[in-house]
Amino acid sequence: MATIAEASAARQGGGTRPILAHPLVLRLASVAVVCAAWEYAGRVPISPAFPTFLETMAALFDMIRDGSLGKAFAVTLEPLVIGLAASVIAGVGLGVLMGLNRFAEWLGAPLFIIAQAAPMAALIPIITFAYGIGLLAKVVTVCMMAMPVIVLNSLNAIRHTPTSLIEMGRSFQASRLNLIAKIILPSAAPVIFAGLRLGAASGFIGVILAELLITPTGIGDIITYNQSIAEYPKMYAAIFAIIAVSVLFIEALEWIELTLFRPEKRASA
Amino acid sequence: MTARAEHYASPSRVAVEVRGVSKIYDGGVEALNDISLYFPEGQLTTLLGPSGCGKTTLLKIIAGLIAPTSGSVKVEGREVTGPGPERAFVFQDFALMPWASVMRNVAFGLELRGVAKTERERVAQGYIGEVGLKGFEAAYPHALSGGMRQRVGLARALAVNAKVLLMDEPFSAVDEQTRRKFQEDLLRLVAQERKTFIFVTHSIEEAVYVSDRIVLLSKRPSRVSEIITPAIDRSVDPERIRRSQAYLDTVEAIWQGLKRYLE
Repeated sequence: MATIAEASAARQGGGTRPILAHPLVLRLASVAVVCAAWEYAGRVPISPAFPTFLETMAALFDMIRDGSLGKAFAVTLEPLVIGLAASVIAGVGLGVLMGLNRFAEWLGAPLFIIAQAAPMAALIPIITFAYGIGLLAKVVTVCMMAMPVIVLNSLNAIRHTPTSLIEMGRSFQASRLNLIAKIILPSAAPVIFAGLRLGAASGFIGVILAELLITPTGIGDIITYNQSIAEYPKMYAAIFAIIAVSVLFIEALEWIELTLFRPEKRASA
Repeated sequence: MTARAEHYASPSRVAVEVRGVSKIYDGGVEALNDISLYFPEGQLTTLLGPSGCGKTTLLKIIAGLIAPTSGSVKVEGREVTGPGPERAFVFQDFALMPWASVMRNVAFGLELRGVAKTERERVAQGYIGEVGLKGFEAAYPHALSGGMRQRVGLARALAVNAKVLLMDEPFSAVDEQTRRKFQEDLLRLVAQERKTFIFVTHSIEEAVYVSDRIVLLSKRPSRVSEIITPAIDRSVDPERIRRSQAYLDTVEAIWQGLKRYLE
C-alpha cells in the first residue's frame, strides 16, 4: 500500500505548488510570450508585409464570421482526411506486417526510407503528371508525406518488443495470434502512436504544399490570393488557423491513445 | 559435504532429465558442452557458475524457449520440444506487461490458456495474497518496487500450477534486503508447494541458502563440474541458517571451487 499512498501524496503535493508553476499556466504563458513578441514585431514593423497579432486575429474573426474560412477548411480537409485515413490504415498495417515478417521488410522498408528522405516539393510535378491537378493528386501528396513515418515507426515499434515479454508469452504457450494481439501490439502502441502524431503533422504540411503548388484551393487559396492582393492580415490568419487545427488534431490523437490504449498512464496521470 | 541419505537411498522421482545437451550459438559461441543432469522432484536445485557460463541458456533449453544443438531434455518422462503446461518461468527482468494491472499480469498465463475471466481472477487473487500483494490488484507495474514486481512474476508462474518452476536469477534485480526476505519466502514456498524448482543464480550465498542441490558449472563451454548437496537443517529459524557452520563451510568450499575459473 505504501507505494500507492506515496504516489498519491506526491500528486496531491503537486496540486499545492505555486499556481505560477502549474503546467497549464506555464503553457499559456509560453503562448502569450510568443503572441506578445509577434505584436511587438508587427508594430516595429519588421516588414510592411508582416501584420501585428491583433490585426491578424481581427482578420481571423472576420473570415470566421463571413464563412469564408469555414468553406476553405471544408475544401482543405477533404484530401487531408482521406489521405490521413488511408495513411493510418495502410501505414500501420504495412508497418506491423513488415515488423512481423522479415521478407515483407526487405521488400517494403527501402521504399519508405527513400520516401521519407525525399524532398516532397520536388516530387510534386511528378504527382501532377501522374494524377492531374484534382483531389487525387492532393490525396497522394498527403499520403506520401504522412505514410513513411507511420510505416517506419510501426515497423520499429514491432521489432523492438522486449525479448523477455515474447519469451514470457511463449513460456505460457501463447498462440502466434495471441502473442501478436496481447503482447506485441500493446507493447508497440506507444511508438506506433508517436508515428501517427508525426504522420498527421506531415499530412497537414502535405495538404498545404499541394494547395500552394498544385492548384490553389481551400486554405492554400486564401493564403495565395491574399498574398497577391497584399491583404497580409488575412494571409497570416489562414496560416495561423491551419496551425491551430493541426495542433488540436494531434492533441486529440494523444487523448485517444491515452483513453483507449494506455490504462497505466491514466492511472498515474 | 555430507549428502542427505534419502537422496541416494530412495532416489525420489526424477522431474527433469537433461541428457548430453550441448549448445553452440550462431556465430560459434559454445555455451554448453555435453551436460547431463537430473533434477529430483519436489526439490530446489540451483545452477551455479561463473558469470556468462551458460546457466540461463541451460534453463531456457529446459523451458523449451531455446533448442539445444544436440542432446535432449525430458520433463516428467516426456521429451521437450517447446514450452509446456507443466513448466512455468520466472524472468530475471520480471517480464511484466506495463499496460496490464497486477491482476491481469498474474492471471495472464491462465488467460492465454483460455480460462474464463472470473475463474482465472479467482485463482490469481489467491496467489496475489500468497506473495503478499493483497490490495495491489489494480495497480500497474510502474507503481511497484522491484521486489514487488518480481512477486507479481512469481504469482503469475504459480497461478498456472505448473509442476516445475524455472527461475532465472529472479532476485538479481532486487535490492539486498528485499532479496533476503525473498530467499526466506522461497524456502517456505518450496516446503509448502511441493513443486520442483530449478533456480539460476550467480550468488554463492543465495545458492547455499535456498538449495537442496547445487550444480556447479564450469566456465564456457559449460560442463557440470560438481554437484553439492548442502547438509543444512532448514527446519530451524531462517536467521540461524546463515550463521550455522554447515552453511558457512559450504559457501567457502564452493568459493574455493569457483575461484579457479576467475583467473
